[in-house]
Amino acid sequence: MLEKAKNTQEAAKINWGKVKNILSSAGVLIALIVLSAILAILSPYFLEVENLMNIARQSAINSLIAVGMLLTILTAGIDLSVGSVLALSSVVMAILIKNMGINPLLGMIVGLGVGAFLGFLNGIMLTKLHLPHPFISTLGMMNIARGLALILTKATPISGFPPVVQFIGAGSIGVVPISFLVVIGVYIIYHIFLTRTPTGRYIYAIGGNIEAARLSGINVEKVLVIVYTLSGLMAAVGGLVLVGRVNAAYPLAGLGYELDAIAAVIIGGASFMGGVGTVWGTLVGAIIMAVIRNGLNLLSVSPEWQTVIIGSVIIGAVYLDVLRRRMETKTK
Amino acid sequence: MDEKTILLMKGISKSFPGVQALKNVDFDLMKGEVHGLLGENGAGKSTLIKILTGVYQKDEGEIFLEGKPVVINNPRDALNLGIAAIYQELALQPYLSVAENIFLGHEITKQSKLVRFINWKKTHEEARKILKELELDLDLNTPIKELGIGQQQMVEIAKVLSKNAKIVIMDEPTSSLSEKETEELFKVIFRLKEKGISVIYISHRLEEIFKICDRVTVMRDGEKIVTLNPKTTTKDELIRYMVGRTLEQHYPKIETKKGEEALRVENLTRKGLFENISFTAYTGEILGIAGLVGAGRTEIVRAIFGADPIDSGKIYIFGKERKITSPQDAIREGLVLIPEDRKTQGLILIQTVLDNIVLSSLPKYKKGLLLNYREMTNESFDLIKRLNIKTPTAKKVVKELSGGNQQKVVIAKWLTQKARIFIFDEPTRGIDVGAKVEIYNIMNELVKNGASVIMISSELPEILGMSDRIIVIHEGRVTAEFSREDADQEKIMKAATAAG
Repeated sequence: MLEKAKNTQEAAKINWGKVKNILSSAGVLIALIVLSAILAILSPYFLEVENLMNIARQSAINSLIAVGMLLTILTAGIDLSVGSVLALSSVVMAILIKNMGINPLLGMIVGLGVGAFLGFLNGIMLTKLHLPHPFISTLGMMNIARGLALILTKATPISGFPPVVQFIGAGSIGVVPISFLVVIGVYIIYHIFLTRTPTGRYIYAIGGNIEAARLSGINVEKVLVIVYTLSGLMAAVGGLVLVGRVNAAYPLAGLGYELDAIAAVIIGGASFMGGVGTVWGTLVGAIIMAVIRNGLNLLSVSPEWQTVIIGSVIIGAVYLDVLRRRMETKTK
Repeated sequence: MDEKTILLMKGISKSFPGVQALKNVDFDLMKGEVHGLLGENGAGKSTLIKILTGVYQKDEGEIFLEGKPVVINNPRDALNLGIAAIYQELALQPYLSVAENIFLGHEITKQSKLVRFINWKKTHEEARKILKELELDLDLNTPIKELGIGQQQMVEIAKVLSKNAKIVIMDEPTSSLSEKETEELFKVIFRLKEKGISVIYISHRLEEIFKICDRVTVMRDGEKIVTLNPKTTTKDELIRYMVGRTLEQHYPKIETKKGEEALRVENLTRKGLFENISFTAYTGEILGIAGLVGAGRTEIVRAIFGADPIDSGKIYIFGKERKITSPQDAIREGLVLIPEDRKTQGLILIQTVLDNIVLSSLPKYKKGLLLNYREMTNESFDLIKRLNIKTPTAKKVVKELSGGNQQKVVIAKWLTQKARIFIFDEPTRGIDVGAKVEIYNIMNELVKNGASVIMISSELPEILGMSDRIIVIHEGRVTAEFSREDADQEKIMKAATAAG
């Protein structure tokens, strides 16, 4: 009897913990809602379905790249090469389909494979060559992949793709963009991966304390290679969406995308020290960035000022997080 | 107080949560004296020194310097009063030159209206003067990283002199020096004495105490036991003072039946750390590994566990030779390690009790592709109950538990496995007495159920109280083996310090 009471008490406490977790990760969600409310007041067009779908479309590429970036940041790492990997994987796909006449579906799959392979190389450089920090290996890859993309295309864009390629980036079901549905699907898969599989839990453990993870028998190197491979793969998925949307593969596509992805992850509450962060936080982070850009466009704020404001939001979001943590430790 | 007394510490007490580290300790130091400070690990030497150098604040007591009461709130205060310490890990900048290092933090400058420039000429002059006083032959422009460890220590001493220190504290200064370097160091210590500087000298090596100390103070369990002149005492007497006579704590040792051979290592060697280590551990017994901090014990068990490589040697597990090159290999063979520092090596502090307990055996909880949280939660609850881990819920973040409960979480992590050989590295360091007994009881339960327990400990009473058999490591070698009946503190201490 007593046992039972204890167990229910235990269950109740766990639920309370969950509630607290949701609330704290809801911090960014609340920020998103407040932001949207302000924009809705300032510009009546903001809440129109067409505009909301615009935001969904505009946030898709960053969302896809950011979830891969989240994995690297969870392990206390980073992937600077995602923008260049996006470009190289999409121009390889474009060359295969347009210049060599390969089946478009096969071409798309090879393109994704190129992204995953470049990410795999990032992981190998980190774990086998023992480069001191992924900042370095991925910085190198960022330049290599960009250079190869320019060489392969002789620096000219490749355009005009069959409908099947355009479908993911430009298609929609009713008013809902396909790219947004892809994002939702990808995020659900990554949520399950991170919370319900051993490898997903290892990613958090490595970011929390790499030495303890190693001494607990986790194959740290293998997990890190998986993380960077997935990051490369997600950059290539982003590339697929981009090519579909603009119906062209640019060798200079994705410039600076790594910074947008990092910003989304950080605004979404992930810790740069590793071990803390959720996919939903990152998704909200990516949407917040798109909402700010969209809203500022509606309000006719110049792109130059938009950049200044995005920068301030990044700093503000992290500072809020610092304040929240300080309050938490104080109340203890 | 006599005129020659430069430092007097009176009635110093200090406690940390759960431990009284110092109890009413008196200590005095004369001008130009080399005063040895002796005691086992945990005796309170470091705490006393850290209070003197401002790293810790005393709870009670007074400090007098040259007869005047002083307040030391931080390391800067201590330095300003002329108290400086040289620690085991040297605090030099490897890429800066000898001269730069000597004056780092108190550079000699010439002042212009706007900027302070470093006066290199004067810096070199002063540095040369200090080195000359110490009769050291060092090139001022050499970067520190090109010097041997002994020479680096000399630079450290020169640096202390450049700050006009009156009291120099040396903590195990010879632990990584060769014999020749040690001789050099002693010469420098004599020169410091001649200059009227006082030295507090902490060492485990009794021969050194006899060689250079004018007086020696022995500490044990946070208390000062005695201060005496080494010329009027013997090594045996000093050891007796250090270890005391009785086992004061309670050790719940139970009788178990020694079983089969569980782990045998043969001639395990890693150059520079340990050499030709051979021993055997059996099921149903606790094998104690005694020795001083830095003797190489942790390095040995980490290598057995596959966390660090070995150069040569063989490892047999239940009679079969096994190649262990990673912790995964060891865990697969049922050999697990509870590491010496639970915070940096044992736990993911920012994760929950549940996360930590299941971490090492996650694949076990897979149902299809996904983890079964119900099963993980159930097993965690069982272990929390079995090990009496005091936590309100399994979802509590481990960082917020007490040291003893954290240690139990580390142990629980391995109980989700079918482990049969448990290596505990300093299992009760920094945890309170009650939790210690609980940890001992867990070990008892393990050996009773046919596991083999290997326990590294720097606390002799613990080694004697819990081990069925004891091996002693000194400077990376096995120097003695005792059965429970044969062992006593003095024999172990002798083997651990290679004295006598």
